[in-house]
Amino acid sequence: MSELRAQLREWQAAVQKRLPPWSSRAMAVSLIVIGIVLPFLFSSSSAFMNATIIAIAYAVMSLGLNVVVGFAGLLDLGYVAFYALGAYSLGWLGSGFFFKAQVHALVSPVASTLPGVHLNFILILIAAALICAGAGVVIGLPTLRLRGDYIAIVTLAFGEIIGVLAVNGQSVPVGGGMTLTAGNLGISAVDAPYFPGIGSFNLLNLRPWYWLIFAILLVVLFVNLRLRDSRLGRAWIALREDEVAAVSMGIPLVKTKLLAYAIGAAFGGMSGAFFGTYYTVVNAGQFQFGFSIFILAMVIIGGLGSIWGAVVGGLALGYINNYLIPDVLNNLPAKFGFNFQLTQVEFGIFGFLLVIMMVLRPQGLIPERRRRLELTAGIAAEDAQLVETQGPAGGPT
Amino acid sequence: MSPTETPPPAPPAVALSVLRAEHVTKQFGGLVAVNDVSFDIPQHSIVSLIGPNGAGKTTLFNMLTGLYRPTQGRILLGERDITRARPDVITSYGVARTFQNIRLFGAMTAVENVMIGHHTQMRAGLFGSILRPPWVRREELQTRERARELLAYVGLREPAFDRLASQLPYGDQRRVELARALASQPTLLLLDEPTAGMNPNESQALTEFMRALRDELKLTILLIEHDMKVVMGVSERVTVLDYGKKIAEGEPAEVRADPGVIEAYLGKRAS
Repeated sequence: MSELRAQLREWQAAVQKRLPPWSSRAMAVSLIVIGIVLPFLFSSSSAFMNATIIAIAYAVMSLGLNVVVGFAGLLDLGYVAFYALGAYSLGWLGSGFFFKAQVHALVSPVASTLPGVHLNFILILIAAALICAGAGVVIGLPTLRLRGDYIAIVTLAFGEIIGVLAVNGQSVPVGGGMTLTAGNLGISAVDAPYFPGIGSFNLLNLRPWYWLIFAILLVVLFVNLRLRDSRLGRAWIALREDEVAAVSMGIPLVKTKLLAYAIGAAFGGMSGAFFGTYYTVVNAGQFQFGFSIFILAMVIIGGLGSIWGAVVGGLALGYINNYLIPDVLNNLPAKFGFNFQLTQVEFGIFGFLLVIMMVLRPQGLIPERRRRLELTAGIAAEDAQLVETQGPAGGPT
Repeated sequence: MSPTETPPPAPPAVALSVLRAEHVTKQFGGLVAVNDVSFDIPQHSIVSLIGPNGAGKTTLFNMLTGLYRPTQGRILLGERDITRARPDVITSYGVARTFQNIRLFGAMTAVENVMIGHHTQMRAGLFGSILRPPWVRREELQTRERARELLAYVGLREPAFDRLASQLPYGDQRRVELARALASQPTLLLLDEPTAGMNPNESQALTEFMRALRDELKLTILLIEHDMKVVMGVSERVTVLDYGKKIAEGEPAEVRADPGVIEAYLGKRAS
């Protein structure tokens, strides 16, 4: 088995050596083209399109969390907070919720006559990213002096605080009879994205939604890839590996960690804002602790610290959660004569998948380059060490 | 290490002090780890800090590099007061260190480790990293190039450059750590037991390498060391700590003859 793997790896290396240097760029371009034409292969309002859109939005969140947990090694169990804040940014800035206000910016002709704050979706997206980045810094500050599990506890509490705030926000007045959130009733009738020339999006034609979230994914992916191979990305990994050594080598701890929190949160907020408009309602009940774990599972199943892993993990769990279980396999137990539907045991299935994953492939679907090096180069290093110790070394005098 | 033949260097005529500690004390609860220690390090010298285990040498190191804040006293780097400065700021002022138990970034390659050392000299921030304009690209390339040069300088062989630090043999890890410290372009280099785990030949090579560092890179070196052969061979001055207190200071020969030092190391003679 291991020989077979070694052989495969050899072939892979040989193939990679023969590919021209532009091959990775060509690959990226073709993937983007496939991504753009994909919706034409499916009916514009099919369940599969719907699942694809949600899966891509999950992948964006997974990429955001991967910056915090994967790159910087800060275990964040309250990531749902940024989903909530992103969605509320949309609720606040793209609906009639603040009915006393009259603010309109680049919105559809219909929305521009309505009371409330109505901003163009792109503006809301930017606002959501900024609000969440700020919140990321706020949650980062108390965790700066903490390590490992203790960071997880503080972030978990932060996620819960935001959740409770969302539920009870309907009792928090912000003036003029308006409240902070609508609690479990939800902020409804949020604006659909509108772009001049395209018009308002609607849920009968899912293709524009798909292209929108696909574009967001590409932007987030680009930023992730650039950051990974940069001065900042290296600093994160150094902090993750050894904090004391990193600060002694001149890496500013506070700034570097807070940047990780802020960037990870910003991506979560962008995805959250998209979900807000896509689900057409911002409801406090959406922001459960379980969602934080769900996103974390995507990062881990994909491969901690791996960008492509985060994308694949997000897509995989997104499809399983929103397509495979409810649409394809839901009646499977009935076929075997059981009296339940698969959606009822959803979490059991995820738990099972996680356990299987950890047993068979703990490094994730697409492990990070470093982790792969650690696994494959380990044997070579031991060999080298053997040679070193047996080599001509001066004996003790 | 590249052994270079150098004549025994004469101490500079005017000994400017690079670093000066004034009445530095560090208390951990009831334990006084470092007690009212003052000393200074003349420019382009090699100064050793010795003492029995638990004497407070590493605690003193940690205060000089900003990892601990002194309970009392003052630390001056040149004219600058760095008593309360952050470690990364102190590094950017030109102080670099290695650790007693090697602390490399295990999941990074040797080259990347050294590149981290160069971070204080780089300018790319968040937006520079994302947009990657030509000057950032150039900065990255130059940093990588410099890291390779430094690794070659400390004697690492080419095939080891792109291996993960955790997978390098012990001796190479020591070399990488030294290169990483040098990458921040320090004026003062603090080495915490650099010869730990080395055989006498390697220690000898390192001794010569330290002299080369001082003469070629115009460095000042502060050394914690247990190997007396190294200490006596390389240092111009020796400071001895025992139970957090400075018990002796001076030239190696003086210190070796000091009855207090002998007592600290060997115990009191029964009378």
